[in-house]
Amino acid sequence: MQFPESWLRTLVNPQLSTAELAHRLTMAGLEVEAIETAAPPFAGVVVAEVLAVEPHPDADRLRVCKVNVGEAEPLQIVCGAPNVAVGQKVPCARVGAKLPQMEIRQAKVRGVESAGMLCGAGEIGLEDKVDGLLVLPADAPVGTDIRSYLLLDDKLVTLKLTPNRADCLSLVGLAREVAAITGTKAYLPSQAPVMKEIYDTLELDVQAKDACPRYLGRIIKGINAKAQTPAWMAMRLERSGIRTISAPVDITNYVLLELGQPMHAFDLAKLRGGIQVRWAKSGEKIALLSEQTAELADDMLVIADGSGPVALAGIMGGAATAVGLETVDILLEAAYFSPEAIAGRARRLGLSTDSSHRFERGVDYAGTQMAMERATKLVLEICGGQPGTVIGETGKLPKHEPIRLRIQRVARVLGMDIPAAKIKDYLQRLGLAVKEEGDALLATPPSYRFDLAIEEDLIEELARLHGYDQIEARAPRAPALMLPQEETRIEQARVRDYLADRDYQEVISYSFVDPDWEAALSGGVAPLALQNPIASQMAAMRTTLWGGLLNALTHNLNRQQTRVRLFELGRAYLQDASGLRQPMRLAGLCYGPAFDEQWGVAARLVDFYDVKSDIEQLPGAVLEFAQAAHPALHPGQTAQLMLNAQPVGWLGTLHHKLAQKFDLPAAPILFELELDALAVAALPRHRAIGRFPSMRRDLAFLVDADLAASTLLATMREASEPIVQQLEIFDLYQGQGIPAGKKSLAFRIVMQDTERTLTEPEVEAAVAKIAEAVISRHGAKLRA
Amino acid sequence: MAMIVAMTVLLEPTEKERMRNPNEIVAEALAAIRGCQDLPVLEQVKTRFLGKQGALTELLKSLGGMSPDERKSAGARINEAKQAVEAALKMRRDALQEAELECRLKEETIDVTLPGRGRGRGGLHPVTRTLDRIEKLFFSMGFEVAHGPEIETDFYNFTALNIPEDHPARAMHDTFYLQNGKLLRTHTSPVQVHYMQEHEPPFRIIAPGRVYRCDSDVTHTPMFHQVEGLWVDETASFADLKGVLADFMRRFFEQDDLKVRFRPSFFPFTEPSAEMDIGCVICQGSGCRVCSHTGWLEVLGCGMVHPNVFKHVNVDPEQYLGFAFGLGVERLAMLRYGVDDLRLFFENDLRFLAQFK
Repeated sequence: MQFPESWLRTLVNPQLSTAELAHRLTMAGLEVEAIETAAPPFAGVVVAEVLAVEPHPDADRLRVCKVNVGEAEPLQIVCGAPNVAVGQKVPCARVGAKLPQMEIRQAKVRGVESAGMLCGAGEIGLEDKVDGLLVLPADAPVGTDIRSYLLLDDKLVTLKLTPNRADCLSLVGLAREVAAITGTKAYLPSQAPVMKEIYDTLELDVQAKDACPRYLGRIIKGINAKAQTPAWMAMRLERSGIRTISAPVDITNYVLLELGQPMHAFDLAKLRGGIQVRWAKSGEKIALLSEQTAELADDMLVIADGSGPVALAGIMGGAATAVGLETVDILLEAAYFSPEAIAGRARRLGLSTDSSHRFERGVDYAGTQMAMERATKLVLEICGGQPGTVIGETGKLPKHEPIRLRIQRVARVLGMDIPAAKIKDYLQRLGLAVKEEGDALLATPPSYRFDLAIEEDLIEELARLHGYDQIEARAPRAPALMLPQEETRIEQARVRDYLADRDYQEVISYSFVDPDWEAALSGGVAPLALQNPIASQMAAMRTTLWGGLLNALTHNLNRQQTRVRLFELGRAYLQDASGLRQPMRLAGLCYGPAFDEQWGVAARLVDFYDVKSDIEQLPGAVLEFAQAAHPALHPGQTAQLMLNAQPVGWLGTLHHKLAQKFDLPAAPILFELELDALAVAALPRHRAIGRFPSMRRDLAFLVDADLAASTLLATMREASEPIVQQLEIFDLYQGQGIPAGKKSLAFRIVMQDTERTLTEPEVEAAVAKIAEAVISRHGAKLRA
Repeated sequence: MAMIVAMTVLLEPTEKERMRNPNEIVAEALAAIRGCQDLPVLEQVKTRFLGKQGALTELLKSLGGMSPDERKSAGARINEAKQAVEAALKMRRDALQEAELECRLKEETIDVTLPGRGRGRGGLHPVTRTLDRIEKLFFSMGFEVAHGPEIETDFYNFTALNIPEDHPARAMHDTFYLQNGKLLRTHTSPVQVHYMQEHEPPFRIIAPGRVYRCDSDVTHTPMFHQVEGLWVDETASFADLKGVLADFMRRFFEQDDLKVRFRPSFFPFTEPSAEMDIGCVICQGSGCRVCSHTGWLEVLGCGMVHPNVFKHVNVDPEQYLGFAFGLGVERLAMLRYGVDDLRLFFENDLRFLAQFK
């Protein structure tokens, strides 16, 4: 909402500077977003009268003018404007004037003395609407400073109003609010009914009575639609951000701004028969003033005549019945449409109008008549014409019920006492009718306050008027109880810190991804699609975090990074037979050298086992790795992560096909797992430390190259006596001395008994049993 | 070569030495010890004078043929000589050992200014870092952390928060809708509703997380982070709300004299509602681009929980009062770390992210 301060000050004029008033508004919840001056700074320009216009002896386009600036002697000024004429009042920049773009000096123009410059609007920082001088009204007083004559020091105030304060969407509303905030008296316009001069009426049929409890119309005949909109009105409209169009339209806009009542004028000659207010029929169409055609739904309210809809009620008029410069007879409309009947419709049609903005939020239903009279009066004054009587239908208007306000409750909610008398005063200043009832007040809101319905609404008003800064901040009181601390629960922060310490950089990527990439990465899982994505490559909800990590990888590779290690912790969004799931996932990506290039460490690329180690050491549950296949991963380098025999994630090298699709020079290692799988660790449980010496024996087997180490280990564990405490792989060898298709795996076996020292024979027997099992089950050969 | 010749000469005692005066032997031994440049040679010198056939040992052997008186005085002299030689040997040995250690240390000296080897260190995203900080501060006041879904229903995101269909406030939200009719939450406030459905007051929680608005330009990203806060008990008041949030902002920016102010505002789910401003932490109030030369920065929205919200979750608004707030994490991160472009947070450029290690 934008308005000129000068207009507001005609209604309420508190003894506050512009800045002080703006501060008071902001602190009362009407946030002042901007304050601009009507024109940029300049000085030395006065109203002048053109006394004579002579041709320039040496230039066809120039004229030599004599102008009166209110001094004894007229000034001679050379002027190039095409519209200059004798008798005009125009702005004149005198010698020494400082204009926004230039300074005026005594000069010779093509040999003729010129003592100043006659100005167009652009030269004094206003919008240029004509080519040439800014012609002022004939009664403009000669010699007056143009800044004061045109109120160019006026401030244009922009408010950021919250949706609950529809009552402040007019100058009258703002004046009421300023009066309440500052305790100043407001002088609001009133308008006596205009007497009818003609008997013309129109048949009116309000069918949707709930949606339109009041509809008023008035015929005015014989107007001059071409009449000039008065300068004062044009100025107020323009400084409120509304363009002037024609006098009848400007008048309806002016009333909207002044009183907050949207008005509409139909060209009576273009209406076919009577007027109906009814719900649209589904599929009905209307060509609007905005030159759009809207297809209507049956929950949209229309004004219709015999030919169909002529206006979208409370939103916009139709093009077919619009008032034009040739219009002679009009039907003026002022109505109250209920917010429920208007809300959301304009948005659905892609429209937003000053009218719908107000009706959606609530228009003063007690002000319809007054607005009609005000508009009529202005039409008669500006365009002439004969008014008819006000025709109208009034149904069940809203009724604001009294609200019970407990004085105690005010103190409880705000945490401070406001004396009852003060409460009463605040409410009355806001226009509420207040009655006392024991420890409470019964307060009835005025018709323009749609936002006051319950006790809390009033408490907010009191706090606002009293001043939020008057409520002293305090530390709340609460029982000093400790919060539960689950020791075995692994916090997200712990997982993050761990990965950061393992040289991973955390990233946060968008939850919506490119549907094509997503399909490739998820192996065909259909992602949830957005109805209204911001861009086509952000149209699907991710089912895996890999898309975002690969995006980040590409971004960084394109910026000269060669080693990228990323992780992200966030949700995936899955819709499947079991319903919608949004599990927290942990995902990572490693690309490039295993270590930053450095002295003393041989350069090599990061591989599967580097990343596997990072996962093995994650805090929380201990995961297992099973050979498996995933459509996005290298078929020979993919492990499924398992917890208690349940799959919880994946680790693998990106499939070369996908690396190519993503234009990556090499395939990164990726992992992703359900964060819940890690969430719980076991509480440590003490076991006695063996006091007797342990014995170590090593075994090396020659086995088929494709035999999984985990299979061998499983066999060995099965064959282990209880004294076997540790069974680990410590070497893998392929190459010289090992036949093709074979590999050598070496195991460390540590044996110990908590009760006694082991004997040589029992150690040998235990080792032999393990060796025997591996040899017989896997055709392995024991290596010396 | 000269050294070797000298060493050979020193090896065997001569016949003459065996018969000589102990003082002479001592003088000779001391000279030999002084000449020793390493430990093995020193050991040889020791053998030559004190070994089984050493010069002084031989002298001792010769005592057998002397009278008791002679033996006594000669024995004392020989012992003195022996002690003198032993002392000199020890001194020389210590000195040589010291020198040898010195030499080893020198050989082992490295350039400690070369960088350490091995793995580097990654880092957390600045938004996470800010979230951690926010969570810690509220945790210290007894707030627990709650989480909720990001794909929400209309009920949780709007209706239960007193934003009925077609309410003008919905237009402020620029909601992303999914093709299944659900939506991406536009704020973290729905977590309030979930939490209150599942818990009995009193409680105090914060709910951090991602939120989404269908808006993308220089100052908006379609996804960002909020932290919702909710405190419900029988005595919560607007004064408490002001106290908690002022305390938070001062701790967050580590500025005890940080100015704060609360302005009336409107949110359908709180009443009274407020916007909180803090004195500009960039220019300290003198006016800058970040605060649009007002000296104030809008940092969060807050208010007392609206009774209609309580009613949706069956909390009696007569018994309980509550306050709630929602703050933008990126905004706080930008102010705290001087980040001037919101979009940087989601480009995931390592050169940006690495600054927050």
